[in-house]
Amino acid sequence: MAHHGEQHYNLDQRFDFTAATKKSIMTVLVIGAILLGIGIVLAMTGGHHEEAGEAGGHAFHWYERLYANLWINNVFFTGIAIVGVFFFAIQFAAQAGWSAPLLRVMLSFGNWLPIAGILMIATFFLANHDLFHWTHSYLFDKNDPQYDSIIDGKGAFFYWPMEKGTFPIFYIARMVLFFGFWVFFFNKFKKISAQEDQLGGSSHWFKMRSWSAYFLVFFAVSSSISAWDWVMSIDTHWFSTLFGWYVFASWFVSGLSAITLLTIFLKGRGYLEMVNENHVHDLGKFVFGFSIFWTYLWFSQFLLIYYANIPEETVYYIERLSSDVYGGFIFVNIILNFFLPFLVLMTRDSKRHGVFLKVVCSILLVGHWIDFFLMVQPGTLGHNGGIGFMEVGLFLVYGSAVALVVLGGLAKKNLIAKNHPMLDESYHHHI
Amino acid sequence: MERDTHFILGVYDDEDVLLHAVTEVRNSGVKIHEVYSPYPVHGLEHALGYRRSRLPIAAFLFGLLGTSLAITMQVYMLGIDWPMIIGGKNYLAYPDFVPVSFELTVLLAAFGMVGVFMVSSNLKPWALPRIFDARSTDDKHIMAIDIANNSALEQEKIKEILKSSGATEVNNKSFE
Repeated sequence: MAHHGEQHYNLDQRFDFTAATKKSIMTVLVIGAILLGIGIVLAMTGGHHEEAGEAGGHAFHWYERLYANLWINNVFFTGIAIVGVFFFAIQFAAQAGWSAPLLRVMLSFGNWLPIAGILMIATFFLANHDLFHWTHSYLFDKNDPQYDSIIDGKGAFFYWPMEKGTFPIFYIARMVLFFGFWVFFFNKFKKISAQEDQLGGSSHWFKMRSWSAYFLVFFAVSSSISAWDWVMSIDTHWFSTLFGWYVFASWFVSGLSAITLLTIFLKGRGYLEMVNENHVHDLGKFVFGFSIFWTYLWFSQFLLIYYANIPEETVYYIERLSSDVYGGFIFVNIILNFFLPFLVLMTRDSKRHGVFLKVVCSILLVGHWIDFFLMVQPGTLGHNGGIGFMEVGLFLVYGSAVALVVLGGLAKKNLIAKNHPMLDESYHHHI
Repeated sequence: MERDTHFILGVYDDEDVLLHAVTEVRNSGVKIHEVYSPYPVHGLEHALGYRRSRLPIAAFLFGLLGTSLAITMQVYMLGIDWPMIIGGKNYLAYPDFVPVSFELTVLLAAFGMVGVFMVSSNLKPWALPRIFDARSTDDKHIMAIDIANNSALEQEKIKEILKSSGATEVNNKSFE
């Protein structure tokens, strides 16, 4: 039933990042670090008996697995961070009113972006040849026996305007540019939102809508290209035209899951009392809907390659499906990221009750990490990969570091954009 | 049907008054047959105490029927009736079946849902709708009370309740 009369919510509430919360996150971080340590020791000492004499005499080193894991988590958590900003911008572009009290929750994920950018660039220089086949200069040398005409044809995308095989300036420039602009837009949004808190009025909303539109245009291009750069270029010969969307879909579901989890967490702590089951229902719908969207893209990519059966395309799936290491995870991926959210979140009640969403969103975060694991590891580690102590450990380390940064950022400002013109509308949101 | 031919109608001008009236009338023990309004009134179905629609269950079952029908059809056609090698695949190449299965699921779920809705709402083409008060298609909200269904209360008492809840008019209406 419609509500009548004035609501009196505390609009000046601020998230108190208590020492106890920090401590429990730190505990997870330490557990992750220990697991990571065990994983590294196991990888260093565990005899990789098959390592000698494989692919061109290239011996496998334990740190390659660490690099691959760093890369998976860099890409995955960058996605969650940028999707927070993206979903924030979507609310303004769509002129959405229901989400007004959740805006700062979404935006807070952007706090990870500067760190993500530094980690990404650092990992690239650290790992280089061990992650990206195309960084070898001999591929571009026509006199070298290992000259690769296909990669040579794509070389300009990495090296322009420098000579191929030298320094990938175009690639690095894109990485810097994307992170630079993403952080710029994130700060812009934060600044306008803070001004709105002080001055009120609707002018900030209009300003935010314009900046959101600019950001969305930029993000539409940069998200696709970053997916080619950071993920697809690992399998240098292979390409898929919808890969950018596929990575974006995976990012979006992960980001939405993270936003939903943080919202439920804050509500559990007594914050955001104006957010009721109707708002949670809408978040649940987004998670449900975009899980199907992800499946649609995953399957579209798979079906066309399977049906056309062109060797240079099928190699991507053969490498995965026929592998002892990755074969099973393909199915785990589909079950966790499609069947589970599809069947569990289908009913209205499950989207309105925090407990279902908490379980499904947590599983989806793991599920989409596995999706990125399946994108990165087969092309970098081959049969030396897998999910072990190192994977679990580094995931926990990254996850808790992101939680610390995001919650720390959230605690700095008011939790609610108190002068948002649509706040009143959101109180009456009813579906 | 004998029992719902005689009605008392409360006429309301304003949706806010109506919403409060519905609660008030129900609280005083009168069973409301139906409320007719020119436009959807937010929260009305809640005030009337309607249970949530079970239409999604029908949609799910029809969707399931569509999936099974599609898979059976494709397995029969391509695996049993006329096995054919397409693109070097097995006769039963399951990934190929997904698009058709998806489409038939959506189709049957949609058609089934519309059909069930029509049947359960008595929307057959030859059904003659009963017009309680033509003004419910213009600017009035009409609350219909079934007399036979409220035999415990005097008719005058019901009219009084309607009046005091804010009805601008209270009328009788009988159908043949």
